[in-house]
Amino acid sequence: MEKKWEEMSAEEKQEAQFQKLLAPKDPEGNDLKFQSREAEAAYKARINRLKDAIQLKRPPDRVPVALFPSMFPYMYAGMTVQEAMYDYEKCVAGYKKFVLDFEPDFPMGAAGPGPGRFYEILDYKLYSWPGHGVAPEHSYQCNEGEYMKAEEYDLLLSDPSFYFRNFYLPRVFGKLAPWNMLPPLTGILEMYGVAFNFIPFGLPPVQDAYKALFEAGAEALKWAMAVGGVDVELATLGFPNIFGGFSKAPFDVLGDTLRGTRGIMIDMYRQPDKLLKALEALTPIMIGLGLGAAQQTGKPFIFMPLHKGADGFLSDAQYKEFYWPTFKQVVLGLIEGGCIPLPAAEGGYNTRLKYLNELPKGKTLWMFDQTDMAAAKETVGDTICLLGNVPSSLLKLGTPDDIRDCVKKLIDTAGKGGGYVMGNGAFFDEAKPENVKAMVAFTREYGVYK
Amino acid sequence: MSEELARLLADLKEAEALAFVEKALEQGSDPLDLLASAKEGMAIVGERFADSDYFIPDLVFSGEILRRIVALLEPHLKKQGESNRLGKVIMGTVKGDIHDIGKDLVVFMLDVSGFEVTDLGIDVPVQRFVEAVRETGSKVVGLSGFLTLAFDSMKQTVDAIQEAGLRDDVKIMIGGGQIDERVRRFTGADAYGKDAIEAVALAQRWIGG
Repeated sequence: MEKKWEEMSAEEKQEAQFQKLLAPKDPEGNDLKFQSREAEAAYKARINRLKDAIQLKRPPDRVPVALFPSMFPYMYAGMTVQEAMYDYEKCVAGYKKFVLDFEPDFPMGAAGPGPGRFYEILDYKLYSWPGHGVAPEHSYQCNEGEYMKAEEYDLLLSDPSFYFRNFYLPRVFGKLAPWNMLPPLTGILEMYGVAFNFIPFGLPPVQDAYKALFEAGAEALKWAMAVGGVDVELATLGFPNIFGGFSKAPFDVLGDTLRGTRGIMIDMYRQPDKLLKALEALTPIMIGLGLGAAQQTGKPFIFMPLHKGADGFLSDAQYKEFYWPTFKQVVLGLIEGGCIPLPAAEGGYNTRLKYLNELPKGKTLWMFDQTDMAAAKETVGDTICLLGNVPSSLLKLGTPDDIRDCVKKLIDTAGKGGGYVMGNGAFFDEAKPENVKAMVAFTREYGVYK
Repeated sequence: MSEELARLLADLKEAEALAFVEKALEQGSDPLDLLASAKEGMAIVGERFADSDYFIPDLVFSGEILRRIVALLEPHLKKQGESNRLGKVIMGTVKGDIHDIGKDLVVFMLDVSGFEVTDLGIDVPVQRFVEAVRETGSKVVGLSGFLTLAFDSMKQTVDAIQEAGLRDDVKIMIGGGQIDERVRRFTGADAYGKDAIEAVALAQRWIGG
């Protein structure tokens, strides 16, 4: 008899997840109908290739190759970022062209540009995007700020959801500003006085906020149908989108969009205890975020963009005290729940590699940007699967020969004996198409394990 | 000059440093002397950062303490121009890019190292750099950028300085997320630096100090 999910070990859960990836379903829940036998074989070979690379038990048939671009697919297809954000059909058509022209083993889906209209409906302030502070041809960019104030840690700690709804979200979405009038749900207790809790929902500004929210929800759904549709179509052609969801290191949650870089760094001095408590409070929330997404999408890979733990940002002692403990707990929690965390270490991670040996073997996939890959292989190659490292500057300014040299070096060092996925180091917007092609083609040729 | 204040600031003792300034002002110390001591403390912070004893949080926090010390001193200071600066540097994040953390760190380190920095901010139009070179007579221009789009903006900025006939008057350094020697060659800049320390070293090499 099959074991229940709760009774499985992390190992068994991971295996079950791979088996699920190997038997994909269509949106109606039936077995996915591939467009050809070759497509089905290619799909399964891609999943098995990645499985072998990650589990570190044996080398795959060849080095898998991933392309995780930012806006490159849309620029390549000849549209502006603005068009990709506002015309969902055009966006997914451009993405499909990118996958079919470059044939990466693992496309990451067309969700990158996001729904422009949605951001407009809610008056999103956290980012500038094309037509809203950024030129049509450029990517969206974050507006850093102290969206959470220094004195608000206790509020966050006592009820994170209440804090997000009544303080954080009203600041980052202009249209949700009236949410600061909403009562805590935990005050709705018994008949006497229950109606008082609902008075705010009768107020015109709150009602306007909800009208905007309904409109935003409809727009998000429209966009998700387009983006999800192309994933299914590409799967039938043999290209699996492995991304199941997203999570973050608790330090980055606070440091990126709540307190901001400056705010969190000052908190490390002025209120370290509260900062540590908040990081701990965010830990189960970040585990839940990843596990929930994986359950919803049926895919185990949880993408984790890493920022403030990079080389040079924090000292070793600061990383060890503030960044690593809760980040590690999130990674372990995701693994425990059957997910495969995919942290993307932007910048350099050379000084942090030693910590990664504290993770269980064969359970994570790490995308590295400017980290020394030979050193990474040497230090943590027996524990984690490495991905990436082809530089953005080389993709944009180099030649196909430069790319081949780079790919060869990576396969010879990071790829030795398996445990490596070829890929770009940072999420790139601009690149010469012939360079991207050379990266995939040469990996297929040179990356075969004998 | 007060070595005590310089030490408190360099050791990031916020409460003690502020209490020291308040007490010194009460006792009639010269606010200009106190300011000089604070700057001395910041220079030590810069040295520790260069030696990898301090990292970005320490730098950010020292800036925060300095801000509060200056706020205490300001009512007692008469307006006067800054003296003894090593030379002028123009800094900015190039057109199309709104990232400022890296740029701000370079501005900070140049400032505590004694340079007079004109910070043009983020998403700086090409011509604004040209005008700033003309207006300030700076000998060094620093271009910052995080995204790949910055490669083109940097090249356009260098080209514009060239077209304005000012290229021989300035040295241009670039830096940021994906910047390397290949990008430097593409843009025609004189050098690239991988962090704020290298930016200071370049400015010192070109201006002296």
